[in-house]
Formats: sequence, structure tokens, C-alpha cells
Amino acid sequence: MVNIQNLNKAFGRNQVLDNLSLEIDQKGVTAILGPNGSGKTTLIKSILGMVIPDKGAITINGKDIKKDVLYRENLDYLPQIADFPDNLKVKELIKMIKDLRNKPARDETLIRFFGLGPFLDKKFNTLSGGTRQKVNLVLAFMFDSPLIILDEPSSGLDPVSLIRLKEWINREKAQGKIILVTSHIMSFVEEIAENIAFLLDGKIYFNGSLSELKIKTGREDLEHAIAALLLENDHPALVYHES
Amino acid sequence: MLKIIRYSFFDLARSRWSYAYFLFYLLLGTVLLFLNNNLSGAIITLMNVNIILVPLIATVFGVMYHYNSREFTNLLLAQPLKRSAIFTGQYFGIAGSLSLSLVLGLGIPFAAYGLFRSAMIWNFAVLLITGVALTFIFTSLAFNIALSNENRIKGFGYAILLWLLLAVVYDGIFLLLLAGFQEYPLEKFSLVATVFNPVDLSRILILLKLDISALMGYTGAVFKQFFGTSAGGIFSSLMLSLWILLPLWRMRRIAKKKDF
Repeated sequence: MVNIQNLNKAFGRNQVLDNLSLEIDQKGVTAILGPNGSGKTTLIKSILGMVIPDKGAITINGKDIKKDVLYRENLDYLPQIADFPDNLKVKELIKMIKDLRNKPARDETLIRFFGLGPFLDKKFNTLSGGTRQKVNLVLAFMFDSPLIILDEPSSGLDPVSLIRLKEWINREKAQGKIILVTSHIMSFVEEIAENIAFLLDGKIYFNGSLSELKIKTGREDLEHAIAALLLENDHPALVYHES
Repeated sequence: MLKIIRYSFFDLARSRWSYAYFLFYLLLGTVLLFLNNNLSGAIITLMNVNIILVPLIATVFGVMYHYNSREFTNLLLAQPLKRSAIFTGQYFGIAGSLSLSLVLGLGIPFAAYGLFRSAMIWNFAVLLITGVALTFIFTSLAFNIALSNENRIKGFGYAILLWLLLAVVYDGIFLLLLAGFQEYPLEKFSLVATVFNPVDLSRILILLKLDISALMGYTGAVFKQFFGTSAGGIFSSLMLSLWILLPLWRMRRIAKKKDF
């Protein structure tokens, strides 16, 4: 479904993606993990066409994403930071995106699911961080697309909303969708993800199922398995932990 | 793209600044008509205000809008929309909204004064057309600057610098050169130099139409001599359209390659 071939991207002298190749065909949740600055968001933004790679190709359902923007019709994206126009009401924002996409949307179901009803008439800049994230989630899940990309979906959510989010992700999974998630919260990843792609310095170091990762590293939980992967590669991100 | 034009247009039309801009022109038009008590005098004064002020407002608004609507832009970029459609749409939205403030702000007092019953109507139309053209030109230049500079302070700096250069400094240097080399034939040089500055082009376009040789200045006279009134008008309008199209084309090219 998503096929990434030899992707290179540098910002100035900083090589963020280094000849990265990755294929995601498995239905369900694939978590893209890696330390800060490993290139996760750049990878996601490349898939979305927001970052233009220096070299390499990305195809979705066999179609090169450079050639046509219409692949984004079948793709939902949750940005890492819920940054939306400040002067719009939540209601207006949702209406605007619906109008731009021109597709049937399940916004009402989602508003009820995440309990956003009381906030619909508020302006976006008056909302708390968690509520903003819920608006972000409604906008991302609204269109029932077969491919969903979530960048740090759990950030700022209270425990109840977090449970809701996991519940919703499980519903989406049951429909056979492909979901890409980045997160730094390993317990969250462990609960929802079947597959792990581990990214380090712009390269994929591991791509396989969660159980394969545990077997490979000989660790019981994901947090230690990831740490083991980092240690194995002698990564500077661990220097502080060791000393 | 139409939807984006609509959103950008109303986004700006709702803001306080575009009302202030509209009211400013309303006031200026009314006051000038009362002071001059004739249409042609008011048009000449307005021309002088327009060719300085319109570029400034369009440049500042263009840059400001781009930086302030980053979130909106990022939201749009994740939708199935072409980049060129997003930025061209935003461009037409903001330039259209500014032009509307200008046209209504000046049009209302002039219409009330009895413009439609006078022979001045075409001269006034040329004033508005150059005002709108300058709005579109400087908005697209502003978008170019803002898209090429991530840093807002830098972007604003370059934009103001560009305005200063084209609206103020250019004429000064031009005059200095004309004075310094007055023994030489400078017709061709001054023609070319005028074409490279949209502010000068608009001035000449209005002056040719008003046919006031006293205010024409050196370039105006050369222009008239070289092209005659009507060919000069067509040529300068053509050049003004190029001044809109070329930056717009470059803007779309930058937008295609940019990372967000």
C-alpha cells in the first residue's frame, strides 16, 4: 500500500532521511518509533507531500505521489501540533474542512464520542491543549479513509480521552485500515500496534511485528526492546542514560 | 481554488484592518473632493497618494497574511489540493479583498459627487485600475518574499525594503542619473528604467490618460513622444500585466519546491 524507495532528505547539512526504504502493506497499526530527531515527522510529511524529498520515490497503491495530489483523498492525517486558524470557531473549522474535502463525514459521531459538544461554539484559541487535540482527532478521523497517519495522537489527552482514542483506533483497525502512528509513549504503542518500524538517524533499523522485535532483542517489554536496539547500534542518544 | 479564494477573501474581509483601509480611502476621497472641489484635481492628488500607499499596504498585508495563516496553509496542504491552487487561491483572496476596499472606498465618494455625469469617469477608472494593478503586483511580490523567507523579521524587512526601493529610492536614483548624464541622449535609458518599476509605470499610465504635460515629467514626456498617447497606454498596461504574471509564476514555482 505505502511503498517508500531510497528516500533522501537533508535540511541544510543535516541529513534527516538517509536512503530510507520502507514498505507498509500490513493492515492494522504500524508504529514508527525512534528517538527525537530521527526523522519520523519528516518521513510522515514526505508521505503527505508536505516535505519534498531530495531523492527517492513514494508510491501509495502503486501510484507515485508526486504526480497527483488526489491520493490524499484517501488519506487522513493528524498533525503533531494542533495548530489551526485562531479566529475560527470549532464548528466553522469542521465545516470548512468538510467543504474542502467534499466527502461524507462522520463528524457528529466523533464529536459525541470525544465529548466536544460544549466546545463547538468556542473559538479555537480559547481551547485547552487537550481539547485542541480532540478537535484535531475529530478532523483526522472524520472521513473514514483507508489510510490514516497519526503523529503523536496521545499528546495532551486525559486518561478518559486516551481510552476513547484507543477504542476508536481499535474500531478503525477492525475495518481493515492501515494506520501509521508515531509516539514516544511505549505503553500506548504496545497496546495498539502490531508492527514496529524503528527509525534511527534517518534509516530503518527494524521493520517487523512487535513479537518479532521482542524475540530479536530478547526483551519482554517494548521500552526495553527499543533501548536494546539503541544500545546495539551504540547510539549517542543513550550517552546520558549510561553516565 | 475558488473555495480557497473565498476563505482567504472572507478571512481578510472580516478583519479590522481591511475596514480601516476602506474607511481611510472613504475619508481621503471625501476630503479631497471637498478641498479641490473638482474631480480632476482630486484624481491627480489621489494618484500621488495611491502610487506610494497602495504598494506599501499590499506589501505589508501580503507578508503579514502569509505568516499569520501558516496554520491554515498547513491544514490545506494535508488536503487533496494542489499547492499551486492553495497559494494562488490565497493570493487572489487577499489581493481581491484589498482591491475591493480601494475601489469601494474611493468609488463611493466619487459616485456621490457626481462622477457618472462627468467626463472624468474614464480618468477615474484608470486611477482605480492602476490602484488594483499595484495591489496585485505588490501582493504577489510580498508572497514571493514571504515564501522564500521562513524568518518573519527577515521577510518583513525585505518587503519594506522592496517597497522603499521601488516607490521612493528608485525615482531618486533615476533623477540623479538623469541630472548627471544630461549631455547624453537618455530617452532609451529612461524608457527602459521606467518599465522596470511598476510604480513609475502606473504614474505614467494615469498621466497619459489625464494628458497633463506639466506634470508628465521627463519619462512621461519621453513616453508620450515615443508611443503617442494610446500606444503608450497599451504598452504600459501590458507591462503592468507582466509585472503581475511573472511574480505569480515565480510564486507558484517556489511553492512547489518548498518544505512545510
